[in-house]
Amino acid sequence: MTTPILEVTGLTMDFGGIRALNAVDLEVNSGEIVALIGPNGAGKTTFFNCITGIYRPTAGDIYIFRPDHAGRLSLKGLKPNQVTERGLARTFQNIRLFPKMTVLENVMIGRHCRTKSFLFGAVLRTRANRREEEEILEMSYRMLEQVGIAQYADDNAENLPYGAQRRLEIARAMATEPLLLLLDEPAAGMNPQETIELDRLIKEISRAGQAILLIEHDMKLVMSLSDRIVVMDYGKKIAQGNPLEIRTNPAVIKAYLGEEVNA
Amino acid sequence: MFSRKELKKAILTSLWFVFLTMPIMVIKVDAIERTIYWRWLNSLYMAVGVFTVYLLIRLYQHRKNSRQSQAGESGPSVGFLHRLLQNPRQRLLLFAVVGAVVVIFPHFTSTYQVNVMTTALMYVMLGLGLNIVVGLAGLLDLGFVAFYAVGAYTYALLNLHYGLGFWAVLPIGGLFAALFGIILGFPVLRLRGDYLAIVTLGFGEIIRLVLENWGEFSKGPSGISNISRPGFFGIELPLEQAILYTYYLMVLFVIITIFVVNRLQDSRLGRAWIALREDEIACQAMGIDKHKTKLAAFSLGAFWAGIVGVMFAAKTTFVNPASFTFLESAIILSIVVLGGMGSIIGVIFGALILILLPEYLRALSEYRMLAFGAILVCMMIFRPQGLFANIRRHYHYHKKDSSEHDSSGQDFPKSQPS
Ligand SMILES: Nc1ncnc2c1ncn2[C@@H]1O[C@H](COP(=O)(O)OP(=O)(O)O)[C@@H](O)[C@H]1O
Ligand SMILES: [Mg+2]
Repeated sequence: MTTPILEVTGLTMDFGGIRALNAVDLEVNSGEIVALIGPNGAGKTTFFNCITGIYRPTAGDIYIFRPDHAGRLSLKGLKPNQVTERGLARTFQNIRLFPKMTVLENVMIGRHCRTKSFLFGAVLRTRANRREEEEILEMSYRMLEQVGIAQYADDNAENLPYGAQRRLEIARAMATEPLLLLLDEPAAGMNPQETIELDRLIKEISRAGQAILLIEHDMKLVMSLSDRIVVMDYGKKIAQGNPLEIRTNPAVIKAYLGEEVNA
Repeated sequence: MFSRKELKKAILTSLWFVFLTMPIMVIKVDAIERTIYWRWLNSLYMAVGVFTVYLLIRLYQHRKNSRQSQAGESGPSVGFLHRLLQNPRQRLLLFAVVGAVVVIFPHFTSTYQVNVMTTALMYVMLGLGLNIVVGLAGLLDLGFVAFYAVGAYTYALLNLHYGLGFWAVLPIGGLFAALFGIILGFPVLRLRGDYLAIVTLGFGEIIRLVLENWGEFSKGPSGISNISRPGFFGIELPLEQAILYTYYLMVLFVIITIFVVNRLQDSRLGRAWIALREDEIACQAMGIDKHKTKLAAFSLGAFWAGIVGVMFAAKTTFVNPASFTFLESAIILSIVVLGGMGSIIGVIFGALILILLPEYLRALSEYRMLAFGAILVCMMIFRPQGLFANIRRHYHYHKKDSSEHDSSGQDFPKSQPS
């Protein structure tokens, strides 16, 4: 049985006169991989920015369903950190790591919202604080292993090869223990070999029960991964369905896939 | 070796310097003879000198760049001091030696020297406080002296009106300054970089101007005198011993500060500060409350400044607004920048160099500010990361390695993914 995790209705975002998002509805169920695709400038990243609290949407509602909370929780108007606390974690299209921190430290930052110690814990190094720090380290290291970059743990994030940086972003987001993982073009700039490895990684993460909403341009990757695909163009949702339906949908072919599928 | 563009720039720079230094280098007024000497030859020296220095700097940078590209992106070389600190036994030895020097220092020098050293230690503490704000959290605060003033005046006023002693006011002064940190923090939470710098600069000046002009409250420019020195279990010490006592107190405070700051920067909060400095948006998206984290940095930094302020008032027994000018903020900031942003050892050395050097270079007293500026310019050119960059991070590696072994011993071996 599928239970909903994220429900977005009528999401609209205006930038001055430009309507970047126009009444977009979207749902993600537990355990699903949903892909959000569309030509450049369709408003996909804007959609992510709106639901994660980086932009404040002009209209529309965003709800998350938490197992520890009866009914739905509105995410509208929350600050990004509050959204992350409620269970959405994301990566960025143009990588945003903490360049001068080590790879391990980058992931440790992801643990921030799941841990508590503050001033006094830090200064007095209480037992609770020490245990928490150990937990953070352990969990973060495990995340690095899971995405396969543990050998870089002590390097500065800025010195990582490109593909590893993308993986690190995923590990960092996973460290927040999200209900739903949002990936913004995780394969952008990767070579074919790296893309195949990424495909494997995302499947692995998904197999562990993680729900994923993914923006991606690489059609092979999208078709291989997605349970459902949502297509956007000019800020509007123009189609949704399983990969087969999308591949044969004339509106989609016209807007976006045409060149790539026939090529 | 040098491109034509570089040569052109070198010429332009030297001409610019000739122009800038003309009033002092060329024109000499003899007031008695009522004549003006024009020493044009000097401007020639100036031009040649600047031209050479400029090219030397470029040469240095070329060599550094080519060395870097040869070495690839290998990390910064690990300094001597830092290697000492990594080995626990050597670290203990180092601490013992430094401790011994610090303890016996006053017995081999004059009270004047002890006084100077106490001042330097106060700046170490101010530097460490500002280091939290600027070095760790990356918030450029140009009005740090305001919190220092708040601490000093808290003690001065409470002592004047209510006769409260040093130890009673010490925490009050710190907390009061921290409160001011939060008050300043709120409106500037949204600001970054230059804007933040300008607002904090304004805040610093406001505090000083209020103290200067609100006579009934602060006694205006003439200040408050006869403030009690730190009490020693209720005994009033004779001057010489009071100076010694203040010195040792300051040493103790600095040790506590180092201890606390060191723990803070290796904590969850410390990592949040650094992440905030690195990328604000990513930081928030990873679940860090930006406002809370910034306010924590502001108020903690201010807390140390407040403590030093109380100490300052007690040491000099006199405060007036002239002690809290922008120059003071600039010096504290220079300490942090010179030492290396975010590095505790760096800040300690920065403070000692910037405060002690001018004291011992009295002979050059007229050129002190000039030397000060020259040192900072040179730093920016040759070592923009400061004297002791990177120290924290290496500490961190080490610590993490050991705790990793603790926790990973059983079930996750370090795998080497394909
Ligand atoms: N901060 C912003 N201010 C103004 N316009 C924006 C902003 N962010 C995105 N847009 C506009 O919104 C549209 C969608 O952009 P985006 O969501 O980045 O597209 P994509 O689907 O390629 O991720 C574009 O026309 C872009 O110019
Ligand atoms: Mg995009």
